[in-house]
Amino acid sequence: MSDSPYVSTTNACKLCTPLGAALAFRGVEGAIPFLHGSQGCATYMRRYIISHFREPMDIASSALGEKQAVFGGGPNLKKGILNVMSKYGASVVGVATTCLTETIGDDVPRLLAEFRKEFADLPLPEIVHVSTPSYSGTHMEGWHAAVAALAGQLVTQKAEPQRRVNLMPGLVSPADLRHLKDILADFGVDATILPDISDSMDRPALLDYEKLPAGGTTLADIRAMSGSLGSIECGRASHVAESAGANLERRFGVKNLRVGIPVGIRESDAFFAALEDLTGIPTPKKYQDERGRLVDAYVDGHKYVAGKRAIVYGEEDLVIAMTAFLAEIGVKPILCATGATCKNFKAQLAAVTEGLLPEPPEAREGVDFHDIAEQAADLAPDLLVGHSKGYTYAKAWNVPLMRVGFPIHDRFGGQRMRHVAYGGALELFDRLVNVVLERKQEDSAVGYGYL
Amino acid sequence: MEQAIFEERRDQIHRTGEGPFELACNRDSLAGAVSQRACVFCGSRVVLYPIADALHLVHGPIGCAVYTWDIRGALSSGPELHRLSFSTDLQEKDVIFGGEKKLKAALLELIERHKPKAAFVYATCIVGIIGDDVGAVCRDVAEKTGIPVIPVQSEGFKGNKREGYTAACKAMFTLTGTGDISDISPISINILGDFNLAGEIWIIRDYFKRMGVTTVANITGDGRVDDIRRAHGAALNVVQCSGATMELAKMMQDKYGIPFIRASYLGIEDMADSLYAVAEHFKDRDPGIMERAQQVVREELSVLLPQLGQYRKDLEGKKVAIYVGGAFKAFSLIKAFRHLGMKVVLVGSQTGTKEDYEELAAICDPGTVIVDDSNPLELSKFVKELDVDLFVGGVKERPIAHKLGVGFCDHNHERKEALEGFVGMLNFAREVHASATSPIWRFVPRREAMAKAEAAKKEAL
Ligand code: SF4
Ligand code: SF4
Repeated sequence: MSDSPYVSTTNACKLCTPLGAALAFRGVEGAIPFLHGSQGCATYMRRYIISHFREPMDIASSALGEKQAVFGGGPNLKKGILNVMSKYGASVVGVATTCLTETIGDDVPRLLAEFRKEFADLPLPEIVHVSTPSYSGTHMEGWHAAVAALAGQLVTQKAEPQRRVNLMPGLVSPADLRHLKDILADFGVDATILPDISDSMDRPALLDYEKLPAGGTTLADIRAMSGSLGSIECGRASHVAESAGANLERRFGVKNLRVGIPVGIRESDAFFAALEDLTGIPTPKKYQDERGRLVDAYVDGHKYVAGKRAIVYGEEDLVIAMTAFLAEIGVKPILCATGATCKNFKAQLAAVTEGLLPEPPEAREGVDFHDIAEQAADLAPDLLVGHSKGYTYAKAWNVPLMRVGFPIHDRFGGQRMRHVAYGGALELFDRLVNVVLERKQEDSAVGYGYL
Repeated sequence: MEQAIFEERRDQIHRTGEGPFELACNRDSLAGAVSQRACVFCGSRVVLYPIADALHLVHGPIGCAVYTWDIRGALSSGPELHRLSFSTDLQEKDVIFGGEKKLKAALLELIERHKPKAAFVYATCIVGIIGDDVGAVCRDVAEKTGIPVIPVQSEGFKGNKREGYTAACKAMFTLTGTGDISDISPISINILGDFNLAGEIWIIRDYFKRMGVTTVANITGDGRVDDIRRAHGAALNVVQCSGATMELAKMMQDKYGIPFIRASYLGIEDMADSLYAVAEHFKDRDPGIMERAQQVVREELSVLLPQLGQYRKDLEGKKVAIYVGGAFKAFSLIKAFRHLGMKVVLVGSQTGTKEDYEELAAICDPGTVIVDDSNPLELSKFVKELDVDLFVGGVKERPIAHKLGVGFCDHNHERKEALEGFVGMLNFAREVHASATSPIWRFVPRREAMAKAEAAKKEAL
């Protein structure tokens, strides 16, 4: 499956499956992510997520020890949920398995059924479970699996038809989510964003430490997704057997439109077209203007980035989206790489660059940074585009790194960075041009202060 | 408010002065409690990570390796192999059919590519479950490649960080005693339990050098395999921190008769005491050594104290909460805060022992809260209740402090600022001062509300 010729992995270009699930569960109101496994995994993921968002990230764990690893983790799972109920007062518990509990073969659905029976007299939270062994997936698969589980397990009947749109945005920044919410509001529809981490992972300073950060998709809204006008799912990479949108379409006939993460003009156009399709409302002038300003900026700045050679790496959905953007501004994506393996990565990269590049960019999946570096030596890139983990390579090759996506833990403000829609593209474009200009200015013997 | 504490955890919390001291510790974390603790693997990784010319291969699925990729500030003066993250990245078929073949192939590949001096292979949870014979693979590869290939039995679920330290010490112990020690000075030490965060071990080594003491091996900050192989030739082991490498020191004492002393390089007294203790140990062999140690301390203090006084003026009377990984660090921090005129009101650790906590209780002011294996809900409750001005902890504690409008000082393995030694004390004071006295706190809602309530109270009088 993988493109890498090596057995070993050096500096992985992916994270593990339950991390994605935990983060997705954080986008549901009143939910606490719960990892069924040993303590270490949960703690590692917490600190990893905290470093990017600089927000509390409580992930409960069933904290299995040696005994439970041998005899099964059921008792700890049940006790853990009870503890989380009493201390956090969670209305939703998102249970994700880890490699350990998958391997010892804990049957989580059965354990949860037992739990519900055993404690039927208590006011039980909704418990959503998702199977996330990391030996067969990445954090993005964990994310999408958790979203699918939320829709699959919480939406149980057909709701009253409503002028709502379901939006499954993929893993984008809280700032992106806020931007998307504004757009949907300007289309005059109620929006259910699943999951919505815009509040929970980017909180204002408040009076107290919140056990459960406010914000996130409400249970009522999730349940009502079956009555929406339709769903828009962002992200072109194919991950799970059945996505949340596909599930709602199959069971409740909710129209599902699949688009890329809307980065750049063409992908944003597709996103707005999908919104027009579902709502029957033309794109508000505000966004037409934004698009116009974006084109204007592209025109003003194109010369400075023309022909620059970029290596793009990271999460498959974002790599495809960033490639779409880079190709349309005249930057040459010379290598598009991801640690994930997904069937349609190459095809989608070809699709988003169609007509912009003479031929599809070189695509590699299932690779690590060692693989990328090996190839980069010949490619001589001008620029890296991806998350913080590429920093050492950028430094070694003496090329700038434009940080996008997750995790960004060597810079400030990853959670406030916009990538999506015309507004996001404008910010990305400005940053990119400035990165290139700054480098040029620094490298120039005389320096210059006027373009 | 009270309900922030889990019934099952009541005996893991103590307030000094209230009843006899008894604190439960070293037990498994409570399911569902969002413990701040990591796992056995984490403990091993922390200890062995800074050995810079060894290959560190994590045998398991990708997460365990990726979350520990170059997140620590352990610097090297030479090779930097430790900063890469190697994994067997187990896939489903490996889990089903066993991962030994893959492990062997990965090891051979990586050893060929990087030519390390030794390789450490960390067994993670899954490996314990699927039953790979890591030891056998390591022996096999060692034979083929001619370098030591050392299994680290660090399956995460087999306990907490503490067991990870033990596993790491056992792994290193297989290296000691294998190098040539003929040219080692009789006035020589190994520095154990320092990880060279932000180059700290270089500061410490310099003090020892000025005293006339040679360092044989840094274990493990800025560590080298060949040095560890010679470590049994040193005359004394100087062990920092109660947990991480104490066991190695004990093993070396049993096998090679090398005595050890405990040291701490944090804060003024502990730093000076550590130098004096080493001088004391060698004073018969080198009569001038105590004089030189005092000279070092004098020189350093003459620079440090006037500057420290500046910070103290602003910090006097402020209240501090300490929650760190190991308990030993907490002792030094308590003393260091006294120099800044600050009062420690909460202190705790992830992995303290009964003796650690007893000692802590003895040096704390009455009313100080002592906690073992705490969690965000408890910590935030205490921070508010005790009206703390500054929190010392790691990444996971930082948002707790910040959300509550409390200053924060990073004191974990990820920091990039040297806090050890006399110069480190100054850095520490500077950081504490910068955070605790920042004007931004007045805008934080909880502080705003407190200020308002205070004003209203004054008005009423
Ligand atoms: S065991 Fe699996 S879930 Fe846990 S950290 Fe490792 S890869 Fe992630
Ligand atoms: S608990 Fe086990 S699986 Fe999780 S991080 Fe630790 S060693 Fe890896």
